[in-house]
Amino acid sequence: MNDSIVKVNDVSYIYSSNISEGREVKALSEINAEFKRGQFIVVIGRNGSGKSTFARLLNALLLPVEGTVIVNGIDTRDEEKVWEIRRSVGMVFQNPDNQIVGTIVEEDVAFGPENLGLPTEEIIKRVADALQAVGISEYSKYAPHLLSGGQKQRVAIAGILAMKPECIVLDEATSMLDPIGRKEVMNVLKKLNKEEGITVIHITHHMDEASMADRVIIVDEGKIVLDGPPKKVFSNVEKVKGLGLDVPQVTELFNELKKEGFQLPDGVLSVDEAVDILADIIVRNP
Amino acid sequence: MSIVIENLSHIYMKGSPFEKVALNDINLRIGEEEFVAIIGPTGSGKSTLVQHFNGLLKPTQGRIIVNDIEVTGSNLKELRRQVGIVFQYPEHQLFEETVYKDIAFGLHKQGLDTKEIDKRIRKTIKMVGLNEDILEKSPFELSGGQKRRVAIAGVLVMNPKILVLDEPTAGLDPKGRDEIFSFILQLYKEMHMTIILVSHSMEDVARLAKRVIVMYKGKIAMDGYPGEVFSKAEQLESMGLSAPQISYLMRKLKKIIPEINENIFTISEAKKEIMKYL
Amino acid sequence: MLKDITLGQYFPGESVIHKADPRVKIILTFLLMIAIFIIDTYMGFLIMALFTALIVIVSDVPVKYTLKGLKPVLFIAVFAAVINIFFVREGTPLFDYGFIHITYEGLDRTVKTTIRLTLLIVVASILTLTTTPILLTDGIEKLMKPLSIVGVPAHEIAMMMTIALRFIPTLLEETDKIMKAQAARGADFDTGNIVQRAKSFIPVLVPLFVSAFRRADELATAMEARCYRGGEGRTRMRQLTLTVSDLYLCVAAALVIGFIVYLQYFI
Repeated sequence: MNDSIVKVNDVSYIYSSNISEGREVKALSEINAEFKRGQFIVVIGRNGSGKSTFARLLNALLLPVEGTVIVNGIDTRDEEKVWEIRRSVGMVFQNPDNQIVGTIVEEDVAFGPENLGLPTEEIIKRVADALQAVGISEYSKYAPHLLSGGQKQRVAIAGILAMKPECIVLDEATSMLDPIGRKEVMNVLKKLNKEEGITVIHITHHMDEASMADRVIIVDEGKIVLDGPPKKVFSNVEKVKGLGLDVPQVTELFNELKKEGFQLPDGVLSVDEAVDILADIIVRNP
Repeated sequence: MSIVIENLSHIYMKGSPFEKVALNDINLRIGEEEFVAIIGPTGSGKSTLVQHFNGLLKPTQGRIIVNDIEVTGSNLKELRRQVGIVFQYPEHQLFEETVYKDIAFGLHKQGLDTKEIDKRIRKTIKMVGLNEDILEKSPFELSGGQKRRVAIAGVLVMNPKILVLDEPTAGLDPKGRDEIFSFILQLYKEMHMTIILVSHSMEDVARLAKRVIVMYKGKIAMDGYPGEVFSKAEQLESMGLSAPQISYLMRKLKKIIPEINENIFTISEAKKEIMKYL
Repeated sequence: MLKDITLGQYFPGESVIHKADPRVKIILTFLLMIAIFIIDTYMGFLIMALFTALIVIVSDVPVKYTLKGLKPVLFIAVFAAVINIFFVREGTPLFDYGFIHITYEGLDRTVKTTIRLTLLIVVASILTLTTTPILLTDGIEKLMKPLSIVGVPAHEIAMMMTIALRFIPTLLEETDKIMKAQAARGADFDTGNIVQRAKSFIPVLVPLFVSAFRRADELATAMEARCYRGGEGRTRMRQLTLTVSDLYLCVAAALVIGFIVYLQYFI
């Protein structure tokens, strides 16, 4: 096993929508990226920036028009291994209602393992473990429509966990949730990443979810425009805002203060960090 | 145009084993030309409350008085013209072949003549920041942000005096969100509408609203200026909500600089205040 | 509100009937229904009624629930009575006035049809009241499996039923939301004649269909992403296993059905 889970080489993707008009939309152009095992990666971009297309290339739901996507050493164009790819790279989608198949929670979590043809005892064990890991064991017999948005997304995550994936891709999975639901989902993802070593690729436009990542990638018009640790990416406040995206409030505040001529560091993301820096300056020159 | 709510309770499926108290003895007055934000966790009763404003839900107990007239079953038509509600993901309700016809839906129900309808539609589409050439397109071929604005136009075209928006920016990216908020602010400032915004985003509420009502478990837990409400961060957190990041920063700074004003919740105010000490 | 409609009519319980294997319940329900059609003597009906009553008692479902399904039957029974009373002309006349000819045979047939319908409904209700929709689907899938040899897509049918069960509450909720939104824009669903009312539902149905298609599309993608590739090679978490009480149930039903057949054809 090498330490890269997904490798994206010179990938372009073109949607040929409206074939009659011959209109082609280039969703991605010549993307290169490599994702290290065990990292927490956040991908940000506006609607229509190509980030969802990017997600779907990672588990062979879409195949690159040009270039290659290599998952665990397997080319996603290898038709015979497509199920192995989808098992190892699970995907959570945006709308919690439209990805739950089962009429009760545990039934839904079992859907993936059932498709893998696992023996009954193994499925039962995996379902119980997965529900436990996302903290919804007590709802195992509930009908999905009785759960909150955050709970439904955790059911969806459990459904993927039960397939023992190495990587989870979340395609705007928090965008339809309220703040509590978002927090629940983010906490589960953090835990899975830290404790189980699962690689997380989280696509979002909530900036506060980006600050805890190991790596942030900003996509715009089908290209990667910024890529690096959050501190580095968010030190480009003007550039990020120019792309129609937000930065955390404190980051923006620091940027504003810098414009007034104050000497402050770049890429401050959290309140505590900001307080420490400001206190330091104020206490030093009263 | 004001909304007065007296002793309002709403119980879903009353008398069945699934009975659920959604609103519990609410008293509230929203005056003319206010910009009110209603916040609260999911299930706190926000949506149930606003659906009483135009008679979509009937109170189990209590009464609603809009513009000095009590809401009853017989005056709903006029009421719904004056109180417009934009629901969550309103673009999911688009149904006509063209944007024009969809926006016209409510006007036809009012029996207006075609000339007046045409005039209003053209005015409204500009208000939501879209071009007239979009009117002949199918609503289903527009982008997500455009669809949302068309759907809001379908409510605005009725010239409501009070506009209720339930999470109007849910699922949109920051640019789409800013576009929507910019014309909502315009409606408030130039058209003098009363705006009632149901939202989860404290940052947005802090930036826009003049008054914040916090709902929790079917009751009004807090009601006041944004500064007052956001200064009670612990109480908000106990309800599963939070204050904007800036108010946390100011509160923590106060511990180090006791004379700093902590009742600040926007970036521009924070900048001014902090600069005094740098 | 539409949301209030609970799906299916499962009545939770722990009785022997609840716990019985859904396959057994489906087959027995089917056989009992055939028996009810065969019966033509009051003795037979009495035995059947007693057996049905016994099952209702054992199932622990309140009687009023088992009789709930009878309301629509009442109409059919009255209709059948009218047909039989007025139009059965042959046989011994009991009453004759103008166009009303009541014959013994007509009356007899009316009573029997009503009993038959009532028994059918009660027996079918017990099945749906004591079996969750999921188990029912599982049972149907398992029973239809042999038919896949002759090309019946048993797995696909069961999967469709499961998905329908899963999405009915979601779509009901959505209908409710769309109706409210259109009502807020001045739509009126409650007044006007039938044509006007039907027309007022177009603004509800169009977005509802659009949304159903969108959901179907997203669900298909999600299923594919979770390695779904049809029924082949798929295992199940929930296994259906026959128990001793299933056997007792079969024996009891067999005795009743056997006795009825005996009464019908050999006496």
